[in-house]
Amino acid sequence: MNQHLTVVVVEQNQERAFAIVDALKEAGDVDVSVIGNVSGLARKIATHSPDIVLIDIDNPSRDMLEELTVASGPLERPVAMFVSGAAGGLAKAAVEAGVSAYVVDGLQAERIKPVIDTAIARFQVLRQMRTELAETRRALEERKVIDRAKGLLMKAKGISEDEAYALLRNTAMNQNRRVAEVAEALVTASGLLS
Amino acid sequence: MRTVTLPVAYMPLVDAAPLIVAREMGFDHAEGISLDLRPAPSWSSLRDMLAFGHVDAAHLLSPVPVAMALGLGGIATPLSAVSVLSLNGNVIGVGTQLAERLIDQGYGFDFTDAAAAGAALAKAADEVLVFGVPFPFSMHVELLRYWIAGTKLASKQVEIRTVPPPLMAQALAGGEIDAFCVGEPWGSFAVDDSVGALLLPGKAIWTCAPEKVLAVRNDWAETEPHLLGSLMRTVWRAGRWLSNTDSRTTASEMLSRKTYLNVSPELIDRALMGEFAISARGEQRSVEGFVEFFDGAATFPWRSQAKWVAHQLALRNGLDVGTAERQAAKVFRSDLYRRELQGLGVETPGASEKLEGALSESTAVASANGSLILSRNVFFDRRIFEPAG
Repeated sequence: MNQHLTVVVVEQNQERAFAIVDALKEAGDVDVSVIGNVSGLARKIATHSPDIVLIDIDNPSRDMLEELTVASGPLERPVAMFVSGAAGGLAKAAVEAGVSAYVVDGLQAERIKPVIDTAIARFQVLRQMRTELAETRRALEERKVIDRAKGLLMKAKGISEDEAYALLRNTAMNQNRRVAEVAEALVTASGLLS
Repeated sequence: MRTVTLPVAYMPLVDAAPLIVAREMGFDHAEGISLDLRPAPSWSSLRDMLAFGHVDAAHLLSPVPVAMALGLGGIATPLSAVSVLSLNGNVIGVGTQLAERLIDQGYGFDFTDAAAAGAALAKAADEVLVFGVPFPFSMHVELLRYWIAGTKLASKQVEIRTVPPPLMAQALAGGEIDAFCVGEPWGSFAVDDSVGALLLPGKAIWTCAPEKVLAVRNDWAETEPHLLGSLMRTVWRAGRWLSNTDSRTTASEMLSRKTYLNVSPELIDRALMGEFAISARGEQRSVEGFVEFFDGAATFPWRSQAKWVAHQLALRNGLDVGTAERQAAKVFRSDLYRRELQGLGVETPGASEKLEGALSESTAVASANGSLILSRNVFFDRRIFEPAG
């Protein structure tokens, strides 16, 4: 029996795609292709006729793949979302790691498991990195708004920077909101008044 | 009062309003819960978040739990639709090229007559007509197929493809699709983007199509009946608040925020007020009750609604229609609705099924207090749905 598995990874970011491809190739005898452009996704996947499709859970184009799970869809072979119950918590683990997998019906769970396990591990790392990046960005954005709010308060009330920050912080505490939210409200309001 | 935090997933659409309003107006805290609303990037990921327990409840396309009960579409976690969140709220639109051909042939874009719109579109379209829809299991698909089958469009080769709503305008501009059926505000978004014109509201095909439901896992509903009750009452109160026309400007403003839909309140106003700009030239059309969150027992999960969806799905997928309808009827939980909302003095109908398509005018029906009025419920072809199971 042929142990070779064909895997398609749907990922627009090239670096991320390569990281996943490398990991999958180490996991076993797999032939991996990457689809970067998501227009006409279901049709492109049908031409590869893969055993497994992996896609980031946050990718809005994921819904296009659901067509493959409908019997009358463009792909002739039946496709299942995740592995059947036999693989236990694999589906749940995949969702937690941020990967969705579409597996052709009838593939044995033990053949797929190492590939999906590897994908899960890789997606988890990438997801972590992305979350950290997003948080850093947000923190930077918030600091900008807080600085502007501080500036507005210093000018309007003739107080020091420390006093301005204390005022923001106390207001946030009293209103049970975050300092950044209060700052944003202040900046918005002053924009309206000016 | 201590509140229990309840993670709930939603898609950023106008018809997520009951959940967003429940949170923003504090209806959740009044019931001792705190809604932790989580936007989903796609319907499939929203469904998985619910099925695998990342959230306890979700704003879901009404055919999804039905399809899952019939074993269609991969995942098979048993779900319950405990309440209908909204009736209608979709629009059918065409690309500018088709719109121009429709104008050239003298079509008036009346926005009401689905049979005439189908005939006009059949005349204007090429041999193959490609529609974009948000998801393979959706009221968008069911309404489109019902409309196509009952009009001159039946003579065309029609393809239906999945395109995520925020990408619908782009797909239209790129020529990947010729037309679409999508929930607001994405139809109006395509109009403002000058890539399409609106042809019909979904309501012109079926006046009472259950669009989104409040869905939970069956096991969660059994183990957390108190939380479920709190959630259902919270959402019901939000629907009642939304039914007041004075609330709608505030609702548009809430929904438009960056955390929710992140589009201009004016775009959301159109759906909530039923006042549409149907083309980039600014032609206006009104649709009374374009999307309904409350009136006419809109939130009651009728078992006959689930059967209608199951009937269509069974025919297309080669399943036994009677069996499919019986399986689907168990998904729409009119029993739980009665149990959890009667304490509020909510009027619930005496029956759990009705003849879909059989009410040509608003009609008073048998109910607990005898004062329940159901809204007009007709299909564009005037057919009446008789369940087989």
